[in-house]
Amino acid sequence: MNSLTHINIKVINPLPCQSAGLSGNTDAILHEILALLEAFVATGQTGAIDLHSLPLTVADYEVLRTTLGDGEVHAHINVIGKTEVRETLYPGVWWLTYYNMEEDIVADLLEVTTIPEILKSPAEDVREGLACLRDLTGAVTMM
Amino acid sequence: MNESDTLGASLVRSGVSRRSFLKFCTAMASLMALPPGAAYAMADALSRAQRQSVIWLSFQECTGCVESLTRSFDPTLEQMIFEMISLDYQETLQAASGEAAELARVEAMKSSYGKYLLIVDGSIPTKDGGVYSTVAGVSNYDRLIEMAKGAAAIVAVGTCSSYGGIPHANPNPTGAVSVSDIIKDKPVMNVPGCPPIPSVIAGTLAYFVTYGKLPELDHIGRPKVFYADTIHDRCYRRPFYDQGKFAKTFDDEGARNGWCLYELGCKGPTTYNACATIKWNGGVSYPIESGHGCLGCSEPNFWDNGSFYRPLSTPLASNTHIIAAGTLGGIAAGVVAAGLSRKHQTHIGEEK
Repeated sequence: MNSLTHINIKVINPLPCQSAGLSGNTDAILHEILALLEAFVATGQTGAIDLHSLPLTVADYEVLRTTLGDGEVHAHINVIGKTEVRETLYPGVWWLTYYNMEEDIVADLLEVTTIPEILKSPAEDVREGLACLRDLTGAVTMM
Repeated sequence: MNESDTLGASLVRSGVSRRSFLKFCTAMASLMALPPGAAYAMADALSRAQRQSVIWLSFQECTGCVESLTRSFDPTLEQMIFEMISLDYQETLQAASGEAAELARVEAMKSSYGKYLLIVDGSIPTKDGGVYSTVAGVSNYDRLIEMAKGAAAIVAVGTCSSYGGIPHANPNPTGAVSVSDIIKDKPVMNVPGCPPIPSVIAGTLAYFVTYGKLPELDHIGRPKVFYADTIHDRCYRRPFYDQGKFAKTFDDEGARNGWCLYELGCKGPTTYNACATIKWNGGVSYPIESGHGCLGCSEPNFWDNGSFYRPLSTPLASNTHIIAAGTLGGIAAGVVAAGLSRKHQTHIGEEK
């Protein structure tokens, strides 16, 4: 016996299931995304849904994944564990999954925005990078 | 305030990237079921804040609470909290000892008077003038009174400082009491557990550093964001309880099938904590998942509530429909607002 999966415990989902393991919450989430996207187009107001705090079954996740699909952008960020940023088939709707160093999910968000904040280069970093580059080019010129 | 004094600048100097910081805030906001947008506001507020001075006093305790926070997997998001606070006094972790250590405490108290956060683990013995636990020749009782005066707020970490814990258990030979039994004129937050979950300690500290105040507390001083539900409410074995399927011994067929441990004395139904959702050891499992009932270690007087193996006498049937309605109601009210279990997510994460 070398992992929890070898312990004979049956895990069943306690959520009230409708059909094929669906809780019915996927519909609510899709409608929430629709409302957020409408608001974003109309007013520029960004929005997000924290999937981590919602009771979703494995089947719910599959339906969400299939429905939203993969869009044109798929980015990996490597800071204290990886972070995956994927644009869905619906531009402006992003799926962000944050992992820790042990690759457990620590946050799972759907964001409605032009580009998620964590993808942007922080302004302070850009300024510091510029200073470093100036130093480097100065040093090269001196040589 | 000089920009170089801000937490943001200090983090950069420590080699913590701004993206790491944003990720920490996102994880903490998700953990505390704050609105998703709160992570950006939190990151912004934190980067402009000064490092929070923290003075940590250990009284009649076993150091398990400090172990919980510091011995988690390394490096972890939880440990980033140490980048955000200035831990000015902690007997186990500080390099200084003896008079130099006590001087550091006095200096921190003077320089941040009225602003520092006081963390206490361990109960306070009051019998015989408090002689049963002293540090530097001063009783825990006198030290608490002295240090509480200049504190902005006090966080009682662990069941001992929250409710007296094991030292308080019958016959309580040292007259052990909790922080809130003594301190009545300062905000006191209890973060119980024997020990508390590392993320819960880190989350509550991050909240205070961000917002400059304690989160909303329940009737016995616990932060509602982590202690609103019972272990039973969020237990993956709950459906077996609802179906009336119980393990009768630790080696019968029911136990092997993972049925409910209620009849083996599980205190999950009366214990408010986040073990079933956040879990332990980096999200691996929690006691019930390992086959043993909950001991109720985060509840007041848990050591004196009879045998750990005697079933609870309280009928629980009335809970069932309330939980079900709560779960569905959260969704009906709007998915964003539902501050519900993360447990399901862990299983989903494993199976994806």
